[in-house]
Amino acid sequence: MDFRTTFLAGLLAASVVLPATAQEPVKIGMITTLSGPAGYLGQDIRDGFQLAIEEEGGKLGGVPVELIVEDDSLKPGNGRQIADRLLNNEGVKLFTGIVFSNVAGATVPDIVDGGAFYVSANAAPSNFAGKECHENYFVVSWQNDSLHESAGQNASNLGYKTAFVLAPNYQAGKDAISGFKRFFKGEIVGEVYTRLDQTDFAAEMAQIRDADPEVVFQFHPGGLGIAFLRQYQQAGLLDTVPMVVAEPSMDAVILNAVGDAAKGVNVSSHWNSDFENSANQAFVAAWNKAYDRPLTYYGSQGYDAARAIAAALKATDGSIDDADAFRDAMREAAFDSVRGDFAFGSNQHPIQDWFALKVVEGEDGKPILKTTGTVLEKHGDAYASQCSY
Amino acid sequence: MTLFLEQVLNGLQFGVMLFLMAAGLTLIFGIMGIINLAHGAIYMIGAYAGTYVAMETGVYYAGIPAALAAAALTGAAMEFLVVRRLYKRDHLDQVLATFALILISNQVITLIFGRQPLFVAMPEALSGSVELLPGVFYPSYRLAIIAVGLLVALGLYLIINRTRIGMLVRAGSTNRDMVRALGVDIRMLYTVVFGLGALLAGLAGYMAGPILAVQVGMGEQILITTFVVVVIGGVGSIRGAFFASIIIGVFDTMLRAYLPGLLRQVMVGPEADALGAGLSSMGIYLLMALVLLVRPKGLFPAHS
Repeated sequence: MDFRTTFLAGLLAASVVLPATAQEPVKIGMITTLSGPAGYLGQDIRDGFQLAIEEEGGKLGGVPVELIVEDDSLKPGNGRQIADRLLNNEGVKLFTGIVFSNVAGATVPDIVDGGAFYVSANAAPSNFAGKECHENYFVVSWQNDSLHESAGQNASNLGYKTAFVLAPNYQAGKDAISGFKRFFKGEIVGEVYTRLDQTDFAAEMAQIRDADPEVVFQFHPGGLGIAFLRQYQQAGLLDTVPMVVAEPSMDAVILNAVGDAAKGVNVSSHWNSDFENSANQAFVAAWNKAYDRPLTYYGSQGYDAARAIAAALKATDGSIDDADAFRDAMREAAFDSVRGDFAFGSNQHPIQDWFALKVVEGEDGKPILKTTGTVLEKHGDAYASQCSY
Repeated sequence: MTLFLEQVLNGLQFGVMLFLMAAGLTLIFGIMGIINLAHGAIYMIGAYAGTYVAMETGVYYAGIPAALAAAALTGAAMEFLVVRRLYKRDHLDQVLATFALILISNQVITLIFGRQPLFVAMPEALSGSVELLPGVFYPSYRLAIIAVGLLVALGLYLIINRTRIGMLVRAGSTNRDMVRALGVDIRMLYTVVFGLGALLAGLAGYMAGPILAVQVGMGEQILITTFVVVVIGGVGSIRGAFFASIIIGVFDTMLRAYLPGLLRQVMVGPEADALGAGLSSMGIYLLMALVLLVRPKGLFPAHS
């Protein structure tokens, strides 16, 4: 028997064995961004989610699950097509994973209108938190604005009076700037929208230098953030104008890539790898054992999303068909989040604490994110009051 | 005024990067009649190979030959294995095949290097800023890019206009069939042109490394703008590619820098910013449409 037949026989055996398990596994559709510069975001969400499943040996909340992972390539149209296919052909009733708000905007309405559930592990655009909220739509991560509200509060706490703000020209970018402004008490001296596919920020650096603000706030997730920070340092701005960002602009991967250029940057976050609660310590240890790469907060959100689902599946004994029962179980949020305290607000978005982090030199000389204090406590979002089911 | 000067330099720097990409693309399209979407993949492969070697050795300059070699080898392999079979096919087949090359190279790079972007530090001597005029500081690395780009442009000009191979290239882009009829080894010429284009793309990719993030998909980001340059400049014309690159580079930078400010004079703040950002990302395409209206063959058509 050559290698190929062995392989085929193995596949065949696996496919015969699978349906023989006692309970039909619950299908979970994960639509996420795995390709392109932002591919690591989706990869970490997927692997964090997968880690929670593996900890239970292929189950969530004691219920066997089957995770179907699909790449949306950061294209809203793709996300929508995948959702339609999984929903109508595969009978998937539970979705998660979308990284970007523009993909979520095109995809989530079809999912929840089709009677399925969506549990967000990242994107949470403002419209879905307010007027267009849906009872089958849960967010485990944060509402987009909250990330940046915490940054605005952080900048105010640090005593800055004038700020220059930059974000890409798409829904989450606009949410970022409005969120920052809502909690920043100083004056905005410049506001620039960059392109979502932009990698050269030289023109923006010149504008920042010209405006001479006390602090710069910028929101550039993934590869954009690496390019932005490096060019910020190369333009000589890092030494003269301090920077305040929310966690998407300074995750562990960006930190690794930017290196020393990141030292001194102020970050606000809902989670950090140095949190001392036991759920987090177990998670960090499990991640470092399973994967040989830095743990980002995306990983933590994938993990938390899986555990939130696990808690609900456990309560309903693995049934999603009774949507009301599953929804009630989800709302309980009966799991130990790696971020500490966690509850769902009235619009099924998180109510949680926000922390100030700072990039400092670690023990091995490499820059790390260190938690320095609390920025906001039991913070919900600004849109909850507009939401009614 | 100093801000304006800085923005012009930024535009120039973006322009010469575009030129390094567009020079190869326009020759390949003009002479071989191939729409080569995989040009962006070569840019990425050059960046990865150079950055990898620079990371391993710790010497920035060691990455340059590596990037050039990897790009030229990839280019030659692509030409030999895939593109050579496409000369007689129509453009749709070419687009499909070279698009497949993009997907394949993105996946191969992901398999080898993972999805995490790579990091290469710029050479120590170029990491600071230079004071060009009193009060006008500009990063030396970007100045170096401008210098290299202009040198390459000069070199290409000399090769194309003063050498025998350049004569064949010019002849090829004007009338391919006649060159073949005169007994020139057109296959050889194709390989040379493709290799040269790949070399320039690899150089551009590696030079972009310390500024941008070296990551999967970086080629596609610059490729679309490069096509705009090729169309505006006139397909097959190096001179056209050069002027169109500079025009697009400066035009795009200026729009990004000044349009929101101008709009703010006549509208409310946030709306002006959003509209300005939207218009400035459309700007180069509008410019392309305008140029095509007035001069359908581009600014400097090779087949005039």
